[in-house]
Amino acid sequence: MRVATTRRSALVFGVGAMLVGSMLTGCGSSSDRPADSNGPVTLTVNLFGNFGYKDLYAEYKKSHPNITIKENITDFNGHHKNLQAHLLAGAGTADIEAIEVNQVVGFRPQAAKFVDFLSYGVNRDQWVEATWRRATGQDGTGLFGLGTDIGGLALCYRADVFKAAGLPAERDAVSKLFTDWNSYIEVGKQFQAKTPDKNVNWFDAGSNVFNAIVNQSQKNAYDESGKVIVEANPVVKQAWDTTVAGIQAGESAGLAAFSPQWNTGFQKGQFATVTCPSWMMAYIKDNAPETAGKWDIAKIPGTGGGNWGGSYLTVPKASRHQQEAVELAKWLTAPQQEKWLFTNKGNFPSDQALWSEPEVAGFTDPFFSSAPAGKIFSESVKSLKPQITGPHQGEIGNAIGNALQSVEQGKATPDDAWKRALADVKNLAG
Amino acid sequence: MAVLTKPRVRATHVAPRARHGLRYRLDVKGAPYLYIAPFFLVFGVFGLFPLVYTGYVSLTGWRADTPGSEDTFVGWRNYADLVHDPFFWNAVKNTIGIGLISTVPQLLMALGIAHLLNYKLRGRTFFRMGVLLPNVTSVAAVTIIFVQLFGRDYGMINWFLGLFGIGHTDWQAGTLSSWIAISVIVTWRWTGYNALIYLAGMQAIPFELYESAALDGASRWKQFWMITVPMLRPTILFTVIVSTIGSLQLFGEPLLFNTSQTPTTGGSQHQFQTLALYTYDQFWQKFKYGYGAAISWAMFLLIALFVVVNLVAARRMRGADAS
Repeated sequence: MRVATTRRSALVFGVGAMLVGSMLTGCGSSSDRPADSNGPVTLTVNLFGNFGYKDLYAEYKKSHPNITIKENITDFNGHHKNLQAHLLAGAGTADIEAIEVNQVVGFRPQAAKFVDFLSYGVNRDQWVEATWRRATGQDGTGLFGLGTDIGGLALCYRADVFKAAGLPAERDAVSKLFTDWNSYIEVGKQFQAKTPDKNVNWFDAGSNVFNAIVNQSQKNAYDESGKVIVEANPVVKQAWDTTVAGIQAGESAGLAAFSPQWNTGFQKGQFATVTCPSWMMAYIKDNAPETAGKWDIAKIPGTGGGNWGGSYLTVPKASRHQQEAVELAKWLTAPQQEKWLFTNKGNFPSDQALWSEPEVAGFTDPFFSSAPAGKIFSESVKSLKPQITGPHQGEIGNAIGNALQSVEQGKATPDDAWKRALADVKNLAG
Repeated sequence: MAVLTKPRVRATHVAPRARHGLRYRLDVKGAPYLYIAPFFLVFGVFGLFPLVYTGYVSLTGWRADTPGSEDTFVGWRNYADLVHDPFFWNAVKNTIGIGLISTVPQLLMALGIAHLLNYKLRGRTFFRMGVLLPNVTSVAAVTIIFVQLFGRDYGMINWFLGLFGIGHTDWQAGTLSSWIAISVIVTWRWTGYNALIYLAGMQAIPFELYESAALDGASRWKQFWMITVPMLRPTILFTVIVSTIGSLQLFGEPLLFNTSQTPTTGGSQHQFQTLALYTYDQFWQKFKYGYGAAISWAMFLLIALFVVVNLVAARRMRGADAS
């Protein structure tokens, strides 16, 4: 789940946070006075997008009448920034805070400021190693985040647009079109030549193609020792070159991911394919409901798997109602609720036991031409190997995404853009 | 201020002091300080302390990704790094560039509008209030609307330019195009404010000057240049200094103008990343607290430098005038 909305709140908050951060450091209050277990308790939940929890809160209230839940949604950037600032200040965190998968490693140095779920009877084998490993302390012990969803990779495409360009539109045939990423770019060239509507491009943004490619690799921006290896890792440069080849062939719509223009692109059908983590299904449905039935889902090029996105729920120790918050977080990430979230909201469960359950594996959605989404995403994550990540994983991806964007904008040569990306990476990690 | 008022208080109360007791003397001597105390107290807590504390942080190697780095004293290293940081100098360049494009036309326009508003117009109050309206709207709201107007594919400005055969501009993409777009937003918000200040200044100019100039046969245009502008000089100086400080602190507009996932980078190549944005980026996005604090202080010094240059230039001008 990764939803960027307006940045107004980020600004307003950020300025406030700057004050709080510089003023209150060191005088944080930690009043973890135990509350009466039956007295009325208000739990605050801070999220960075719509997790689809609204109906579940009402359900929870039925069995826990004394609990009132207040949800607060901030945009992606603002949310993680606020959390970091509030941890620093030692005050202001909610009872439950969500953290995205690429951000979670950046919070490992602060693992001690979160509740360790292992001491609350959570079994981490509920998730694959790739998932729980990221939410442990820096020494690999403890568990400060409960996996909610996971972003298994597939390729979402507009079947109608494919047909118009004379490409096979049926999903198995489409999956066979791309054996690897180079053939994906090659088919893109055919598409650009044949599509009758010249306002449609092959893909939405170079950054999304690049992300999908590197997310299939075990080693991306970091090596085992925690060193940044963007420059040294051939996988990254290859992914860059492949993406640039597509951009130079005019295949990119050049719509910065998660920008309002990108949202409009879904509605106006400005691109034929989009690399599609499972949470993207919900994003497309929310954003472009009028395109229902025109979409379909095929296997992702390359390894046919990979992971992009997903989230964790954490309980900061500053919470005054740790016990209640932990209970709610555990309940929200329990199999029953995760299953409901997938079939109703499209967030694929990170709980691995669910992947083979008929309700999940057999899930189809008419919005996506009844493609066997459950089967596709289950297969995509089953082969998942733990990816080596580091604290700046997300920001490194963003820096390279920006560099790709400057190539799309025609404002930089690929060589200059690559150099700038490396300079950006050096600036944030060094 | 305190230094200035003290002697006066003492002077006027010399006589009573001899006749009254300690409490009266305390009241007379102490009360003024007490009255101004709230300002200095609030300033101390919300102004001075953060300033000093930021100065302290800027001398540490504190960053979120390194546990235990809070109190690692690194001396001037952050400042030394700053001198060799291409992103910092890029931000300085962007700040000054956007500052010039947004301030110069803005003040000239404000002067023109003030001049027009100074005429006897029907519904004068309405127009005078009208020009202030953009200023009371929030930066966020204005910028979000302008971002829509400056949209690449479906924006109104590109549509309008298209009527004249000008191809679509990706306003965020280019250096100059993004600077212009941001300057338009700033100009929209602040022109009216400056116009009203000029108007107030104009109304303080004695009417007789215009009358005698008119008798001497000076045209309206000549009156404007020979009377209005010279008489407005202190007002103009004030607006120049305030706008300079404002443009050096430019933050909200470039932040919100960027619609990508990384609002603090100022575009795909940092082409509109201002100093304030870079500080924020390093401090609250990359969580390099020590380095971010150092940029913050460098920015403070830069602003102080600009203000001093402004004042010296103004004094020179006045000196040249007097001789």
